[in-house]
Amino acid sequence: MSETFLVATKKGLFTVRQGREKRWSIARRQFLGDHTALVSGDPRSGWWYVCFEHGHFGPKIMRSKNQGETWEETKKPEYPPRPEGVKDVDPMRGTEIPWSVQRVWALECGTVRKPGRLWLGCIPGGLFRSDDGGDSWELVRSLWDHPDRKRWMGGGADMAGIHSICVDPRDDRHVLVAVSCGGIWRTRDEGASWTVSSKGLIARYMPPDQQMDEVMQDPHRMVQCDARPEVLWIQHHNGIFHSTDNAQSWSEIKQAGPSTFGFGVAVSPRDPNTAWFIPAQKDEHRIPVDGRVVVTRTRDGGKSFEELRRGLPQQDAYDLVYRHAFDVDESGEQLAFGSTTGSLYVSNDGGDGWQCLGEHLPPVDAVRFV
Amino acid sequence: MPRVTFTANIQRHVECPPVDVSGATVRAVLEQVFAQNPRARSYVLDDQGALRHHMQVFVGGAQLRDRAGLSDAVPAGAEVYVMQALSGG
Repeated sequence: MSETFLVATKKGLFTVRQGREKRWSIARRQFLGDHTALVSGDPRSGWWYVCFEHGHFGPKIMRSKNQGETWEETKKPEYPPRPEGVKDVDPMRGTEIPWSVQRVWALECGTVRKPGRLWLGCIPGGLFRSDDGGDSWELVRSLWDHPDRKRWMGGGADMAGIHSICVDPRDDRHVLVAVSCGGIWRTRDEGASWTVSSKGLIARYMPPDQQMDEVMQDPHRMVQCDARPEVLWIQHHNGIFHSTDNAQSWSEIKQAGPSTFGFGVAVSPRDPNTAWFIPAQKDEHRIPVDGRVVVTRTRDGGKSFEELRRGLPQQDAYDLVYRHAFDVDESGEQLAFGSTTGSLYVSNDGGDGWQCLGEHLPPVDAVRFV
Repeated sequence: MPRVTFTANIQRHVECPPVDVSGATVRAVLEQVFAQNPRARSYVLDDQGALRHHMQVFVGGAQLRDRAGLSDAVPAGAEVYVMQALSGG
């Protein structure tokens, strides 16, 4: 069981540790005043990564090889020079897409068979690969140059980005990425070629004849079960979707507590049928239904859901939980999430009860067990 | 020789002391600076070598005009200030 998780916020990085009687507390505060937007840990090396969004100075990555004692800046991924005359325009807004990293939006590692392998997703929608733990990065040109990439469009952000990366624990060559808005993309050859894998997802924000278009989809977050990698879950802009066939097809789950709208999703690494969501009133509102924070849990692959509320605020709570701000540890028993209103919660019992670790933190962008 | 001075706010991320370098354009001057201080580059320029959206450069008191090409002339002995725009939060 993990005894540490990291919390990346608009104004700094917080390290949370488990103490006596399984009580959690904030043990360390770092980079106060800086926007830490994403955090990741590599269980192979034990290294931690923090991705910054310095408003003036651009995105940066820091790496720690000693569990946060000291940090070093690593090389940032960079787009290659944009060829003269190449037009690259967001189809939703008609605005030019810069060939420059605006935000690091996903950072995941490969398996033990590929030490040093990292995958990194960006806004705009570039995917980068490193084989040396982040000392150097290479843009995956096959996806960036794919003709359908020009159809990807911005959603909440001004341009499309890659926010979820699932590396198949059985096969390093097999990687799935989720794009808002651009659907699910698959490589089976370590990134040499890509196909869209969004069959069954539904985009109700599009005209009727385009709602099933696999490239027009807005998955908010995609996660994969470690023990059964053929099972994946998506919290989509238009609901919850589930695949049991390696993302060959997706089926919609239409009932899940107060709402099927949200951003975060967690799946048990050990049990593919157990997944959690943090619902919000659907897209035009983006606040908890009735001002009550609830976590929904299925233990039967989405056939039924429980509403978990013990320890969570049930009056005048307007917490929204972003896509990377909800995580489960490797045991499948410990969960943590942080909200836009600076609240932080952790559970030791699969979500049955929650301990509040703060209600006045900076807005939380990402939570990750390490 | 032009003298290049950086905003105080960049210093806590990457040390950028004032430096005297040669060069007749902002591009040439900054390339000299980054040759000595490579980590500073990505704090000032984007992936395409253009000035970052929320950064500004002053040459002899005038704001940089060519933010993509950095072709503005730098007279000998000019003061070049690399500043941040009043934006962000």
